[in-house]
Amino acid sequence: MRPFSYQHPRSTMAALALAAQHVARPGEARRPAPARYLAGGTNLLDLMKIGVDHPATLIDIAALRQEHGRIEADESGLSLGALVRMAEAAEHPAVLRDYPAIAQSLQLAASQQLRNMATLGGNVLQRTRCNYFRDPSWPACNKRMPGSGCAAMQGVNRRLAVLGVSEHCIAHYPGDFANVLAAFGAELDLLAPDGTARRIPFEELHRLPGGTPHIETNLQPGELITGFRVPAGPWTRRSLYLKIRDRDSYDFAQASAVVGLDLQDGVVREARIGLGGLVAKPWRAHAAEAALNGQRLDRAVAEAAAAAAFQDAVTHGENAFKPELGRRTLVRALLQAAAMEA
Amino acid sequence: MPDGTHTTIGQPAIRIDGRAKVTGMARYASDEVVANPAHAFLVTSAIARGRVRGFRLEAARAVPGVLDILTHENVGGEAEKPQPMSGGDTTTTLESDRIWHDGQIIALVLAESFEAAREAAHKVEVDYEAETPAASFGSPGAEEEVREAGEHKDYKLGDAAAAFAAAEVKVDARYGTPTQHHNPIELYTTTCEWRGGKLTVYESSQFVYGLRASLAKQLRMDPGDIHVVSRFVGGAFGSRGGITARTAWVAVAARRLNRPVRLVPTRDQGFTIVTYRAETRHHIQLGATRDGRLTALRHEGWEVTSRPSQYNVSGTETTARIYACPNILTKVNIVHADRNTPGFMRAPPETPYMFALETAMDELAVSLGMDPVELRRVNEPERDPATGKPFSSRSLMPCFDQGAERFGWKRRNPSPGAMREGEWLVGWGCAAAAYPANIGPAACRVTLTAEGRARVQIAAHDIGTGAYTAIAITAADRLGLELGQVLVELGGTELPAAGLAAGSSHTAGICNAVAKACEGVRQRLAQAAVTSNEGKLAGLDPASLTLSAGALRGPGGAAEALPKALARAAPGALEVYAENIPQGLPPESIGKVYQGQMAMSRGHSREDATTYTFGAQFVEVRVHELTREIRVPRAVGAFAAGTIVNPLTAYSQYMGGMIWGIGAALHEATEIDPHAARYVNDNIAEYLIPVNADVRSIEVIMVPEQDSQVNPLGIKGIGEIGIVGMNAAISNAVWHATGRRIRELPIRIEDLL
Ligand SMILES: Cc1cc2nc3c(=O)[nH]c(=O)nc-3n(C[C@H](O)[C@H](O)[C@H](O)COP(=O)(O)OP(=O)(O)OC[C@H]3O[C@@H](n4cnc5c(N)ncnc54)[C@H](O)[C@@H]3O)c2cc1C
Ligand code: SF4
Repeated sequence: MRPFSYQHPRSTMAALALAAQHVARPGEARRPAPARYLAGGTNLLDLMKIGVDHPATLIDIAALRQEHGRIEADESGLSLGALVRMAEAAEHPAVLRDYPAIAQSLQLAASQQLRNMATLGGNVLQRTRCNYFRDPSWPACNKRMPGSGCAAMQGVNRRLAVLGVSEHCIAHYPGDFANVLAAFGAELDLLAPDGTARRIPFEELHRLPGGTPHIETNLQPGELITGFRVPAGPWTRRSLYLKIRDRDSYDFAQASAVVGLDLQDGVVREARIGLGGLVAKPWRAHAAEAALNGQRLDRAVAEAAAAAAFQDAVTHGENAFKPELGRRTLVRALLQAAAMEA
Repeated sequence: MPDGTHTTIGQPAIRIDGRAKVTGMARYASDEVVANPAHAFLVTSAIARGRVRGFRLEAARAVPGVLDILTHENVGGEAEKPQPMSGGDTTTTLESDRIWHDGQIIALVLAESFEAAREAAHKVEVDYEAETPAASFGSPGAEEEVREAGEHKDYKLGDAAAAFAAAEVKVDARYGTPTQHHNPIELYTTTCEWRGGKLTVYESSQFVYGLRASLAKQLRMDPGDIHVVSRFVGGAFGSRGGITARTAWVAVAARRLNRPVRLVPTRDQGFTIVTYRAETRHHIQLGATRDGRLTALRHEGWEVTSRPSQYNVSGTETTARIYACPNILTKVNIVHADRNTPGFMRAPPETPYMFALETAMDELAVSLGMDPVELRRVNEPERDPATGKPFSSRSLMPCFDQGAERFGWKRRNPSPGAMREGEWLVGWGCAAAAYPANIGPAACRVTLTAEGRARVQIAAHDIGTGAYTAIAITAADRLGLELGQVLVELGGTELPAAGLAAGSSHTAGICNAVAKACEGVRQRLAQAAVTSNEGKLAGLDPASLTLSAGALRGPGGAAEALPKALARAAPGALEVYAENIPQGLPPESIGKVYQGQMAMSRGHSREDATTYTFGAQFVEVRVHELTREIRVPRAVGAFAAGTIVNPLTAYSQYMGGMIWGIGAALHEATEIDPHAARYVNDNIAEYLIPVNADVRSIEVIMVPEQDSQVNPLGIKGIGEIGIVGMNAAISNAVWHATGRRIRELPIRIEDLL
C-alpha cells in the first residue's frame, strides 16, 4: 500500500483550510503533494487501488453532509447538495415527479450498493472507463501520462467517445446524471480554498480533451463542489433519460439520451437534449435542440434532430457503430417523451 | 436409530455443506490457518513477447517488510514448468528470461504483509527486450498447423466433398467464438507450508492427485512427500483442472524463507496466470435432400493456443455424432500465437463447436422451410453415425418434444420479424445440446461405526456442484441411513484417490465408487449375519440381504438393527476400501489416478457403446426495433442424463449452465489489443457477465431416462450440458426476431443496427 494521509474535517471551513495547504501559491517552486476530496470513494479509492491516482492526502468530506446534503425544490427549481447520495436523489418524491430524467439517470446508474454510497458531487467527477487509462501497465495514455500517446485510438475502443474527441484522446465520460445537468442548463456552486464562492454553468465544469486530455475540468485547485441548481421549466417535467447498454442493469451506457420537452399541441416550444455514453464530456446537444424548436415532433423531425446531434461524430474502428446507435437512441427518446403524459 | 425412512438416490436434498458455506465455516484454500505466513505478490509481464533483460529491484527491496524477490535470476533452476492435463507442453515462467505472453509471472515479491508485497511489486522495474507479438487469428506471425490425430480424433466417412457438391440444399458458412475467462469468485490462491522435507499445499483444485503429481515432478520430489488440501472450491469451471506455474514458485518461496507463504493474486492476474477458453473459428458445410435428410457434413475448426502448446478441444468429436449422415469429414487446426496456454472451460469442446453446428442446422431449416425441431427428428440416427456403435441411451427427441411443449413452440410463426410485442421484436430459437457421458476410476473408503454412522473418505472435489451431498446421498441410499448419519471427507491427497472433476465425469465416477464400497459393507454384514449361530438372519442367502432404514433385512421381513449386525461383523467399526474401475478401462487405471494422470472412459471412445447426454434448449429473445439491445425473457432446457442423484443440485447445475449460456452468447468476451496482444478488459467491471436483470425465467425439465449400460448407477453427468445449446438457441432466436444471421459471438447491439 502506498502511504497517504487521511483527514476528516468536521466542517466546510476546515476542509477548505486543509485543501489550501495543498494548493500552490503563485511563485511557489515546490509542487504541492496532491490532495483529493473523498466523498463516497467509489471511484477515487478504486483508482488508487489500481494505481492510477496517487493522492498524498485524502480529505474526507463525509461530515459536510450536514451543510451540503440537502435536496430542496420549489417552483423556480431544484437544489441538490453535493453530498446528497445518488440513491437519495433518485428516490426523492419531488425529483421523481418534476425531474424524471434526473431520477432515471440515477436509478439506471451503477448498482444499489454503489448508489447508496456515492454522492452527486463525486458522480459528476467520475473518470473515464477507458481501459488503457485504468491500467498503468499500458505505456501510451495521454490522459494518464501527457505526451505518451493514445493506445485506444487503434485498440479496443468499443465503449469510447465519438463526440468531442481529439486526436490526443477519445475517452468517454461514462456518467449518466451529468448529462441531464448539462441538458437542463444546471448551475454548479463552488467554494475555493480561500472561501471564495462562485456559481458557473454546469456545462462549463468539464473540458474537452483537445491537446490536454489530462486536464478534465475547469475547477481551480482545491475547489469544492457544494451543490447543483437545476432551474425548473416545462421541459423538466416532460423529461426522460434513455440508457442503452449491453446488460439490462449495472452497466455503463453504450449510448444514452436526455430529452426534456416543452410541447404544445405537438409542437416543440423548447427542447433540452443531452447525450451520454459516447461523449467526451457531459453533453448538451444544442444543434439537436435547434432542429426541434418550433417543429411538430414527428419521426422525421426526430431523425433530423438526431442527425444534427451527430454531425461532428468521429469514430475509430470498433466504435464506428456509435453514431448510428446514438441517433437511434435519441429518436426513440424523443418519440417516447412526446408520448409522455406531462 | 431411525426406522421407516432413509435417504435415496433421486430424492432432492439440500447441501450437507450448505450451512458451513453460508456461515463462513467452510474453509477455502486461503482460509486455512498456517503459522506466521509471509505474503507473496506476483509481478507479471507488461509485454506479450520478448525477454527480460534485467530487473531494478532497489526501490522494491527498500519497501519496509520486504523479505525476498524471486526472479529467473535467483530461482530459475529450482522448479520446472508444470505438466498440463492436455495439449502437451506449455509456456515457462521463472525458469528463464523468456516472455511468452502478456501477464506472465516474471517475479514474486515476498513480504511480511500483503500490502507491503503489493507496494514493492509495483516498484519492481523491468527492462524488457520486446518483440512484436501475434495476438490471435490473422495476426502477422501467428503460426497455423493441422492438428494431428492423437488425443483427439478426426472422422472421415464416405465422401463429404462430393456429397456436398451434389446436395439439393446447402449451408456453407463460417462461425466464430471469442476468448472467455472463468473468473470464479474465489481467486487463484496458493498457500505452501514445509515441515521438514514435507510440503503441504492449500490450493483449490479439481484434481488434487494431479496437482500433487505435477508439483512433485516440477520440484523433483517424491509425490508422497506432498499433501494437497482443497476442501472447498469457490468455483472452478475448468480453471482449476490442471496445475499452473504459480504453485511451484510459492513452494520454492516457502522453502527459501523457511516459513509458510500465501499467495492471493489479483482478479486481473487471474486472466493470465491460469487457463481460459481460447477463441475459435469454424467452417461448416451441410448438404441435405429436399426433405431435410443430411447427405454431407463437413466441420473444420481453428483454435488458438500458446506457442509451445498443442492444446485444442476438437469439438468435432461431438458434432460428428449428433445427426445421421453418411458423409462426414472433420478437421481441426491449431493457431499458435503469443498467448498463455488455454485450458478447460465449461463444456470445452461443445460450447464453441455446437454453436457452429446448431446455428448451421437452423440455417438449413430456414433454407428447407422446415421447422427446426422437425429437422432434428428427420436426422435422428439409429446408431452413432461416426462409428456405427449403438448409443447406450439417446433421448434427444424426447428432450425436444418436452421442451417444445413447455415452451409453447407450436405457437411460433416461422417468418423472421413476424412476432412482436410493442416496440420489441420477439424471436424464438432452439438448439440441441449434447455432451459425452464420461467416467473415471475412483477409490473410496467407507467406515461404519458402532453408533450406526458412516464415514466416507474419497479425494473427490466439490467445485460447487454438490459433490459432498451426492456422495452422502449415495452412501445413505446404499447403507440404509439418513443423510445426517453420513460424514463425508473429501478434497485431499490423504484420502483414497478420485480423478479430475471435469468432463461431467465426477458424479458418475465417485458415486459408483462409493456404492461399491457400500456394497462391500453390506456383504461383510450379510456374511456375518448368515453364518452366525443365532439371529433372525442366520442361514439366509447373503445376497438376499439388504440394508435399509437402519437395519439389515432379509427377504421375509426378518431384520436386524444395524448396530447388532455390525457388532457381529467387526469389533468397533467396519471399514471397507474399494476401487471402481469403469467398464472398458484396465485395472491399472486406478493406479494412474493415484499417479495424478488422466484415466477417463470417454463417451465417444468406448468399445461397447457411445454414451452421451442429450438436451434441447429453447430461448425467447427480444430485440428493440430501434436501438437493438437484446434481452432474454425466458429459456427452457430439457435434458436426459440418466440417473439424477440429487434433483435439487442438478437443477442448479442445469440452470447455471443456461445462465452462463446467456452470458456466452450476449455478453462475455475477453478483448485483446491487436497490436500489443494483451487483454484489455481484464476485470469483471468490463468483462460482462449476466446480472440478475438479464436472467428472467429459466425452466429446467429433467427428462426421465434409465441407462443401465453407461455405468452401474446409470449416472451420465450434467455439469456441462446446460450451456451447450444456449449459444446457438440464442443466435437462432436473434435471427428469428430480426432476420439477421449473426455467426460470431457475442451478439451485440452493433451486429443488429
Ligand atoms: C462498477 C461500477 C459501475 C458504475 N456504473 C455507473 C453508471 O452506470 N453510471 C454512472 O453514472 N456511474 C456509474 N458508476 C460510477 C459511480 O456513479 C461513481 O463512482 C460515483 O458516483 C462517484 O461518487 P463518490 O461519491 O463515490 O465519489 P468519489 O469516488 O469519492 O470521488 C470521485 C472524484 O470526485 C472528487 N470529489 C468528490 N466530491 C467532491 C466535491 N464535493 N467537490 C470536489 N471534488 C469532489 C474526488 O476527489 C474524486 O476525484 C459506476 C461505478 C462502478 C464502480
Ligand atoms: S482514449 Fe484517452 S484515456 Fe484512453 S488511452 Fe487514449 S488518451 Fe488515454
